[in-house]
Amino acid sequence: MSLQYNFAYLDEQSKKMIRRSILKAMAIPGFQVPFGGREMPLPYGWGTGGIQLTASLLGKEDCLKVIDQGSDDTTNAVSIKDFFKKTARIEITENTEDATIIQTRHRIPETPLTPQQIMVYQVPIPEPLQFIEPKRQENAKMHAFSEYGTMYVKLYEDIARHERIAMAFDYPVHVNGRYIMSPSPIPKFDNPKLHQSCAMHIFGAGREKRIYAVPPYTDVVSLDFEDYPFELEEWDESCAICGSDQTFLDEIITDDEGTRMFVCSDTEFCSRVRQKGKR
Amino acid sequence: MTGNVPDKSLPLLKVQNLSKFYGKNMGCHDINFELAEGEVIGVVGESGSGKSTLLKCIAGKINTTNGSVFFNSLYGFVDLCQCDELLLRQLTRTQIGYVTQNSVDGLRMNISAGGNIGERLMANGMRNYSQIRKIALEWLEKVEIETNRIDDLPTTFSGGMQQRLQIAANLVTDPKIILMDEPTSGLDVSVQARLIDVLRKLVSRLRLSMILVTHDLAVARMLSHRLYVMKEGKIVESGLSDQILDDPREPYTQLLVSSVLKP
Repeated sequence: MSLQYNFAYLDEQSKKMIRRSILKAMAIPGFQVPFGGREMPLPYGWGTGGIQLTASLLGKEDCLKVIDQGSDDTTNAVSIKDFFKKTARIEITENTEDATIIQTRHRIPETPLTPQQIMVYQVPIPEPLQFIEPKRQENAKMHAFSEYGTMYVKLYEDIARHERIAMAFDYPVHVNGRYIMSPSPIPKFDNPKLHQSCAMHIFGAGREKRIYAVPPYTDVVSLDFEDYPFELEEWDESCAICGSDQTFLDEIITDDEGTRMFVCSDTEFCSRVRQKGKR
Repeated sequence: MTGNVPDKSLPLLKVQNLSKFYGKNMGCHDINFELAEGEVIGVVGESGSGKSTLLKCIAGKINTTNGSVFFNSLYGFVDLCQCDELLLRQLTRTQIGYVTQNSVDGLRMNISAGGNIGERLMANGMRNYSQIRKIALEWLEKVEIETNRIDDLPTTFSGGMQQRLQIAANLVTDPKIILMDEPTSGLDVSVQARLIDVLRKLVSRLRLSMILVTHDLAVARMLSHRLYVMKEGKIVESGLSDQILDDPREPYTQLLVSSVLKP
């Protein structure tokens, strides 16, 4: 390849602009900061927001991990890793503990994060109030005035229809007692991991051109009713491969007769637990 | 601020020199009136006479060009045209109800009837599902909607039911004043009669204060104590409902009254 890209693809001015937005987002936890989203060499919906964040955050010493659906080797994860391998020539890893920046779409790794790590999320719809109020201007006012009561209408509807809060992912959270934030498509199983986390969490929405963040050690509370508290999903099974019973499990159908198995969605964690067991 | 008792010597609502211009065109001009607690005022006039403009100004939905709307709230005698947006939004969420002509504008059509009634409760900090549910059921009963329809979407309701649901959704927070913009237009007569019936019951039971904008003189007579007749943005005549409808003084009012078809 004869064409030379700038380090991590984006030009330095764009990276500077994005870093400024990140700093603002860190200063106001949960607040959606608009930024001048750049055109990236992949379509919207494939992680353009996350990839711009990662590009602006990367330094030469960084070690990158990319997860898609909890897995390190799905198409989206592989292509993004490939992209940064080409444009930034940085170290790529699958090992959660080694990574300094972890870009993800659906999962927060099962391995506990460290203060040295930055989580980067790819967000499709950053506005949690959109369901209840489609008008942008009105959304902005609701955030500004902390008018979050109507947000509970969504929970009410869930209980009225399903007799429980049926939202399984993108479960809205209250950040630092101020802003309501959509934690992107992570399962609600991962919501508690955001609360008082020692790592930095930055969310980027490429199409909507918004950045927001949860700085380390910030309160993140999932919305609920007094009589219908926030609950985590539980499985009767444990992982068929590594035997963990504390992880988020995927159900996999293995044949035409409906035989199914449950396995960890975080493949890296699963294989590491299995390695340890063998030793 | 909360917990203050409103000054009883002042009226509930005082409209003073209220004007609204749309560019060069006049919406309403130099409107003055007062509303006491428990009183129902009717505003009548033909289409385009500025009735709805007046009501929207009072509800804070549009900015006025001139004048004041004082509202005797728990926060004192506030001018709704001057107060900051945060307070205005809080007042319109809790103490002022606004029933629109088209229920599509006043209801959330993608949310169940119970959710629509519960919304104002949740907006005011109620976080207990069973409690919200119980209150929603009570209100459905009060506005004569079968309680088994609580989880149905308003789109599956008839026009009259939607209008009654809208009234319930507004009254659930026990507002001090309720503003109604042509609540009966677009409904057929028997449905209108039922809506008026429900409204009359609620008005007498809850001692509602209400401003009712309508072009239907019969509806105005049934519900309101006093009437204001508007023509080309100004009030041309005012007085007790029966007095105005039985013995109109102004030629315009006479015309209005005589134009009503009698079957």
